[in-house]
Formats: sequence, structure tokens, C-alpha cells
Amino acid sequence: MRPKIARLGGVLAVGVALTVGLAACGSGDSGTASGGDGSAAPSTLKIGFMGDLSGENSGIVIPPSNGAQLAVDEYNATNPKVKIEMIKYDSRADATTAVSLAQKAIKDDKVVAMVGPAFSGESKQAVPVLEEGKIPNISASATNADLSKNGWKFWHRVVPNDGVQGPAVADFIAGTAGAKKVAVVDDKSEYGKGLGDAVRAQLKSKGVTMIDDALDPAAADYSSTVTKVAAAKPDALFFGGYYAAAGKLLKQLRDKGVTAKFFSADGSLDKGLVEGAGAAQAEGALIACPCRIPTEGETDETVKKFATDYKAKFGADPLIYATEGYDAMTAFTKAIAGGATTTDAINEAIGKSDFQGISKQVKFDPTGEPSAKSIYIYQVKDGKIGLLGDSATAKLG
Amino acid sequence: MSTNETIKNGRKPLKGLPDRIRDRWAGASGPQRWTVYVLLFIGALLLPSDSIGQFMSPYSDWASVLFFPIGTYVVLAIGLNVVVGQAGLLDLGYVAFFAIGGYVMALLGTKMGLNFWEILIVGVLLSALSGIVLGGPTLRLRGDYLAIVTLGFGEIVRQTAENTDAIGGPRGIAGIPHPPSIEGVELFGVEIFKYGVLDPRPYYYLLVVLATLIIVFVKRWEKSRVGRAWAAIREDEDAAEVMGVPTFKFKLLAFAIGAAIGGAMGVVWAGKTISINPNDFLFMLSATILAAVVLGGSGNIPGVVLGAFLVAWLPERFRGLSDYRILVFGAALVALMVFRPEGLLPSRRRRAELAEGTGGMGTLGAEVATPESQPAAEGAAK
Amino acid sequence: MLDNLLGSFWSFTIDGLIVGAIYGLVALGYTMVYGVLRLINFAHSEVFMIGTMAAAFVVMTMGITQPLTGLALVGGLLLMLLVGGAASAGSAMLLERIAYRPLRKRGASRLAALISAIGASLFLQELFALVVIPWLFDRPQQGRNQMGVARIMDKDPLFTIGGAQVRVDQLIIFVAAIAMMILLDLLVNKTKIGRGIRATSQDPETAVLMGVDIDKIVRVTFLVGGLMAGLAGALFVLQFEVTKFSIGFLLGIKAFTAAVLGGIGNLRGALLGGLFLGLIENYGAAVFGSGWKDVIAFTVLILVLMFRPTGILGESLQQARA
Repeated sequence: MRPKIARLGGVLAVGVALTVGLAACGSGDSGTASGGDGSAAPSTLKIGFMGDLSGENSGIVIPPSNGAQLAVDEYNATNPKVKIEMIKYDSRADATTAVSLAQKAIKDDKVVAMVGPAFSGESKQAVPVLEEGKIPNISASATNADLSKNGWKFWHRVVPNDGVQGPAVADFIAGTAGAKKVAVVDDKSEYGKGLGDAVRAQLKSKGVTMIDDALDPAAADYSSTVTKVAAAKPDALFFGGYYAAAGKLLKQLRDKGVTAKFFSADGSLDKGLVEGAGAAQAEGALIACPCRIPTEGETDETVKKFATDYKAKFGADPLIYATEGYDAMTAFTKAIAGGATTTDAINEAIGKSDFQGISKQVKFDPTGEPSAKSIYIYQVKDGKIGLLGDSATAKLG
Repeated sequence: MSTNETIKNGRKPLKGLPDRIRDRWAGASGPQRWTVYVLLFIGALLLPSDSIGQFMSPYSDWASVLFFPIGTYVVLAIGLNVVVGQAGLLDLGYVAFFAIGGYVMALLGTKMGLNFWEILIVGVLLSALSGIVLGGPTLRLRGDYLAIVTLGFGEIVRQTAENTDAIGGPRGIAGIPHPPSIEGVELFGVEIFKYGVLDPRPYYYLLVVLATLIIVFVKRWEKSRVGRAWAAIREDEDAAEVMGVPTFKFKLLAFAIGAAIGGAMGVVWAGKTISINPNDFLFMLSATILAAVVLGGSGNIPGVVLGAFLVAWLPERFRGLSDYRILVFGAALVALMVFRPEGLLPSRRRRAELAEGTGGMGTLGAEVATPESQPAAEGAAK
Repeated sequence: MLDNLLGSFWSFTIDGLIVGAIYGLVALGYTMVYGVLRLINFAHSEVFMIGTMAAAFVVMTMGITQPLTGLALVGGLLLMLLVGGAASAGSAMLLERIAYRPLRKRGASRLAALISAIGASLFLQELFALVVIPWLFDRPQQGRNQMGVARIMDKDPLFTIGGAQVRVDQLIIFVAAIAMMILLDLLVNKTKIGRGIRATSQDPETAVLMGVDIDKIVRVTFLVGGLMAGLAGALFVLQFEVTKFSIGFLLGIKAFTAAVLGGIGNLRGALLGGLFLGLIENYGAAVFGSGWKDVIAFTVLILVLMFRPTGILGESLQQARA
């Protein structure tokens, strides 16, 4: 018995010793690696793209990642001194995953910049990490209004926030659409509730009568919400949430004979809305978005060219946030083309950037918010989502 | 018939090794045991090294993964093991206590400006209290009724948080303070008491210390009168009651202890994570932790730790399979339960109980096979 | 608050009963399996999901562009029910064969079976999201998205109760659910196999001694439970016209709650629990807002169990006679 135990102890001791040794080696390795770069001018810089690339909401993250990739490819095709490599980080919209990916991006991959994180929830946790690692980041789709209030110096976004989108939609509902009584429903998600509250606040200040409810996006039966709305007979309904729930809600409203104008926002801007509601029920639904999506009847030449290039490369139409992803990455490529190679220099350069992007004039205010604040209104017509116009000027046909 | 025997014979060497180690362990003297304990503790502290990480977690930062999910799951599994493995109560809503701890940290930290260590104490007490509040009226229910009630409780806690604007609603709470740092204490080049954003290792060390304390306490309880009462309740509640064990009191105690451990983990987790929201506390987490407990060998702490480690680590390690990893995980759960229903490292007592057919949770109904169906079924798919 | 409920009381009632009927049908599967095996069949929600997928596939294959009428509609509906029921019944039996029977043969603990069920549930969801939906519905890369299903019938109001309209599809669902229940009740109480099921749930060892083939009973139990879930899936598609790989999750939890509310193991209790839950949810949502729906459902569950620890009707199949 005894000698055996001694042997066991010996094995364990050797194991521990090995671990310690390996650990020492490991730290030594990383020490030399981090000492190696930094001084010599690099020939390739890495830029990350972070977002939900395979999960539930990947439909609104894959287009901007394609857009960013397109910007990188176009930049590298010009044969610049410093090339760019884009690394994708699939966070599946999970904040904890986003944090550990951000740490990996900084420590192991040594990215100099990041497009993303795509959503507001993951941004809240991952951006502080990027901030501490001094990695400039531009989100193409995180619209939560509070993000810019954290005093982050390396964070930017190229879309106007929900604090802009909400009131703009509310103004459109109460103004252009002339609604006096509005039902506001949200899906209890961070995004849907935030946007719903912004719409509620603005409608209230305009003296509109309101009906209030919330629903569970995972459920299928929204009859209690629908019955409540049907009894109140509003002129319009705003839904804050994603297209899957929006489609189900819209269908059940119409089936119950509710004819109120249906409004929703960027989370619902997907053909899944039409599919879920049925083309007949979805007809005339209005969707606001801070994003600029090239449509079939596009007139702007640069946007048209972007749409053609995008389609040629990815075999799909540029959907939601594709142009914003392109613009976000372009801000970085322009900074690097201008000679910035360190994270601080890149951050300083994008802080000063001012150029005509595909989606808008790209220019940031000191908090990282975009200076251009247009909200666009889209409408379902004959089963297709088309651009109606800028929310300030669009007219209902 | 023949297949039956080969299966049994084939299994012998597999069963042999853990048994031999266990025999040796049972005969080991105090100092020898303490050496192993200390070595294990040191080993745990050395885990977050980069060289191990390169193999263990090629897709995301290893030290972060060690804190969450691995370390977090381990602590939660130890806590749930008190309820499920030791007292034999099926809890499907364990995540509720983790959530309560997390929200206590977030609320007291942001609104009242309390310090992490103060909140840790409050959080542990409050979650223990919530365990008693839930358990009080419901612990008289029989096994599966308790399961659905706890599941319901988990959902009630999450959705109430989601619907209550005063605690942030679906947005949750952001800006949660970190534990207070002590600068300048360096060990192997790590500032071990600097609780910042970038370096997860100090949090991991904190977690290791917490886990160690919890394991010590749980082990003590297991060997005391309390542990024996739990075992009696688990094996046959009615008999225990007749023998004079105040079963309700001990069940409630198990619930409170389990809840306190879950709450403590919630506080520590929230102390690192900056912001929390209700979606961090989904039912899937309860199910995963339960899977960890059963997979490892419910009732046996080394087994439970191993189970939690595997459940947390495998999906991270095989992130490269991206989409398919959850599919594989699900299939692996089924396969493991089919081939090793007692878990990877069951305690001996538990295995004896299972062999007897009581197994604490009771066996499936209709377990009695007809004489002619037995060999056919054992011979796998025809 | 309360005036909202009173103002549209009948509307809330009708909608609650329709959802409740679907809960009840799915709850039957939980309750039957529990009665015989004492197992919470967590993967039953995926059996339901498979039923919705099969029904959606039928609708897609029929290539419907206009809502059907007359005989074509009756045929289409029957086909949906048939294919949905068959797909679910088949997968339920397969599930039993692979994930539960080996455990049963080893006398594994119910806890192990529960974990096996959770594993099977995860596996089936992911299998559909990654493989089946992209392939069957020709939707590459979109397995996780919600799918819309074409409208198979016009949803015209049929009559009104207290100012609330009742639509044709709603009536079909309610009548079909009640009819299934009655048939199942007859099966369990009047046939030989039903007697076997009752005997097994009461005392498996004695049942074996009496010559009951337990494996067969278990197979039949999963077949019938799966069939009910499949029919519920088809009716669900008819009513809501959407499905998704994860559609079973929430509904499964609710159905299980319904089964426990009625008294798990009790067939009539399952339907009663389903209807009760559907109503309570809707009334609660009317008073407190729809966001509180699930909280209300679970709170009522806890309250009911505190006062009636084995559900409204009490448990076990053999008591279903009472």
C-alpha cells in the first residue's frame, strides 16, 4: 500500500512540475512575441468583425460582415503598403462569448481595430474590454441609445441610435400618418423594449392616446395582445421587436379584423416579416430603419455600384446594414491608408474622418455617435419591402 | 445471452481502475490526503497558463473560459449537487438562485454603492432566504411535482426581472462595480488582486478560493449528521420520517444551502461581468447544470466537478465545429446516459443504491423486463 | 386593468380555450408516458415540433396559393393531420427505442432518463435547425429562422358569442381536440391494450406476472402520446401558420404544466389542465398585461399544487375512470 501511494504522489508531483514548467515556457513565449512586434512597420494589419454570424439573428449580421469584407477586398486590391486581414469573431450574440472573443482578439490575434460588436447587449460587455485594450471599434448595427453615454474613447457607430429612431418613427406616426390613438407593443427584449419606450415617450409628448402591451417573442399565440388592441380600436400600432414576432402579431391582428396601420423598426426589416404574416396581411406595413438598403428602384449611382459589386461577390442582395458594414470598415481602411498603423493613431484618424460613405456622410461626434441622423421608412408593397423615403419627408401613398 | 456476457466482461477493466484508486484513497493517511489536496489546489491555480490554453481553448481566451463557463458551472454544479445528489430533490430551476445572487450584486453595487465583499454576504443570505421561501410551501410535494414547481420558479424569477422596469427590465443592469483591487501583489507576473476588465485571471483565482471553501463546507456537511439525514431521505423518505428524521427540516436545509451556493456564484459572476440582464438566466442553464451533476455522478463531488468541467469545456473546445457542437453535445448526453447511467464517477453509496433499484430518485416505472424480452433488448438493435 | 378583461371577456375566453385545447393534446403525451414510466419525457416538445414540421411540409408540397374550399380543404386538412400524426408517432417510438429503453433495461435512475431526454431534445432541435429544415424545405443557411406556412383555409367568422367572433379554424381545433380526447379515453378504458396500460401504470411487476408484455405497452404509450402531439402540431400549423425548430420548447413546458395541473398521469386531467391553463393565462394577461402571461401561469401552478398536491383531478391512469 505505502509504496504505491508514494508512487502516486510522485506522479502527481511530476505532473505539477511539468505544468509549472510549461506555464513558465508559455509565458516566456508570449513575452518574446509581444516584444517582437510594435517596432518594425507591419505589412499586414488585422481587423476584427464581431457579431452573431451563425445564431438566431445572424440574418442582420451577415450582410454587414459581407459589406466589411467587400471594403477590405477593395482596399487590398489597390496594392497598399499595409494590407488588411479581416478576422471574423462569431459571438452568437452572447455577451459572455463576446467578452472572451474580444480578449482573444486583443491578446492572441493582436487586431488593431474591430467592426462590431453588432448588437447592443454584447457591446455593453465587450466594448469595455476593447476600451481597456485600446482597440478602436465601430459598430454597424448597435442602436441602443445608452451606449454612447459610457465615456468610451475607442467606440463609434455608423447608425443613428434608438433615441433618434424612436422619436423619428413616433413623429411619422403622429404627423405624416396622422394617428390620434396608437397601440405600442414590445417584445420585452433589450432592443424592443428600449425602442418601444422611446416611441412611447415621444407619442406621449405629442398628446397621442396610447395602449400599452408586451409579448413573448418565443410564444405563438398573441391573442391576448390582439384582443386588447382590437377592443381599443387604435389608428396605428407600433411594434418594437424582431421580424419573427412582428409577422405573427401582424397576421393575428389582421385575422381579428384590426385594420390599424402597422409600424415597426429595423429589427423587423426582413422578408421574414412578410412570410410570417402572409403577403396579404403584410400589405402596407411600414418599417423604419436608420439603415440605408439599396432597393430595386435605386437612383443613387454609388449605392447602385455597391449593390452590383456586393451581388457579384456574395451572390445575394445587400440586405440590412450591408452598407453600414462597408462604411464602418472603410473608415478604418482610410485611416490605415493615411499612414496610421497603431491603435491610437487609427483611433485618432477615424475620430477625424469625414467622407461620403454609401449609407451616409461618415463623421463622428466626440462621443462616437454618427453626425448624420437620417431615419428611412420602408413599406411592404405587393409582398416586397421597398423604400418609401426619409422619415422627415416621406409621404404615405 | 452471449452479448450480455461480453458487455459485462468488457466492462470489468473499466470499472477496476477507479475502484482501485478509491481503495487506496480510503486507506490513505491524513498527511497524504492533504498533500493531494494542496497539489490539486495548486494545479487549479496554474490552470490558466497560456500553454495549456492553446490546447484547451484554441477559439477563445482560455482564462476567460476558465472563469465562465467552466468555473461557474463547477460551483453551480456543486451547489445543485447538494440538492439533487445529496438530498435527492429534483430541482429544475436552480438558475433562479444564481439570478438572485447576480441581481443582488448588480442592485446593491450600482444603487447603494456597497462593496463586493459586503454584497457577497448579503447575496448569500438573500438567496438562502429565497430558497427557504420557495421550499417552505413546496417541499412537501413529491419528486416530479417539485421538479415542475422549481422550473416554474426559475421562469417566474427571470420574467419578473424582465417585466420590472425598476430593475432595468429586459435591459438589465449595467455598470456593476468590480471587487475592490489591491494593486501591486504580483505572482508569476499576474496582479492577482487587480480586478480590472482585461485580465480574467484574478477573478478565476477568486473563484478557485470560493470553490475550495464551498467544497470544504459541503464535504463537512456530508459527513455529519446532516449528510446522513440527507442520505436517509434520498433513499427512502417515508422510512426516514418513521425513524425520527425531521425530513422537512433537512430538505429545507438542503434547499437553503444549495440556494446560498448558487447565490454566491451569482454575486461573483456579476462582479466580473459588468452588466447582467434576464436572458443570462434561461432555463437551459438549469438543465445544463443538472446534466453536469448527473453526468459526473450525482452525489460525488469529484464526479460532479468532472461533469461540470466537461459540460462547460467540450462545447468551448469544439467551437470549431461551430453549429454542430450543440447537436453533438445532445447526442453525447443520450449516449452517456445509455451506456453509463450512474454517471462517470458515481459515489459507491450511490452506485449501490442504483444497483438496488432505488437510486434516490427512484427508477423508471415498467422497469421489469419480461423474461423473453431481456436478451433481445440487451443485444442492441437487430 | 379589470375593465379590459370584462370588456372583451368572451374574446379572451375563446382564444384561451383554443390554445388550451392544444396544450391539452400535447399534455396527453406527457401524462401517458409519466403514468407508465414515471418519466418526464422532456423530448416530447420536440415530438410536437416534428408534427408541425410534417404538417408544414404537407402544405408546402400541396403548393397552395389560394385558400382551399370544399372537399379539397377537407382532404388537405386530413392529410395534414395524418402526416403530422404519423411523423410524430414514429419519432416518439424511435425516441423511446434509442434514448429510454436501454436505460429502462438497466434499471437506471429516473434522473438519468431525464438527462437522456434533455439530451435528445437538444439533439432533435439542432438536427432540424442544421439538417432537416434546410434540406426538407430547401432553405439553406436558414434552419433557425421562423418559417411561414401558406394559408390553407379562409379564416372567416362563423358565429359570435357575447360579441366575440368564433372563426371556422378555431372551431375545428376545439372540436378535433375534444374528439381525440374522447377516443383516447375510450382506448384506455375500454380496450384490452388500454387495460394493459392501466395495469402497468398501477403496478408493473404484477402486470408482468399477469402476462402483460411491458415493452409493447411502452411502445403503444409512446405511439399514442406521439400521435396526439402530432395532431396538435398539425392543428397548431392550421391556427398560427408558422413553425420553427424551437417552437416546441415553450409550448412543451406549458403542456407539461397543464399535465401537472390536471394531475399528472391522469388523461382527463391533462385536457382539463390544458383548458384551465389557457384560460388563466389569457385572463391574467388581460388584467396584468401580456408580458406577465407566463409568470401568471406558473404562479397559479404553484398555488394549485400547494392546496392540491397531486393536481386538480389527482394522478394516475387507473383513476381516470372516476
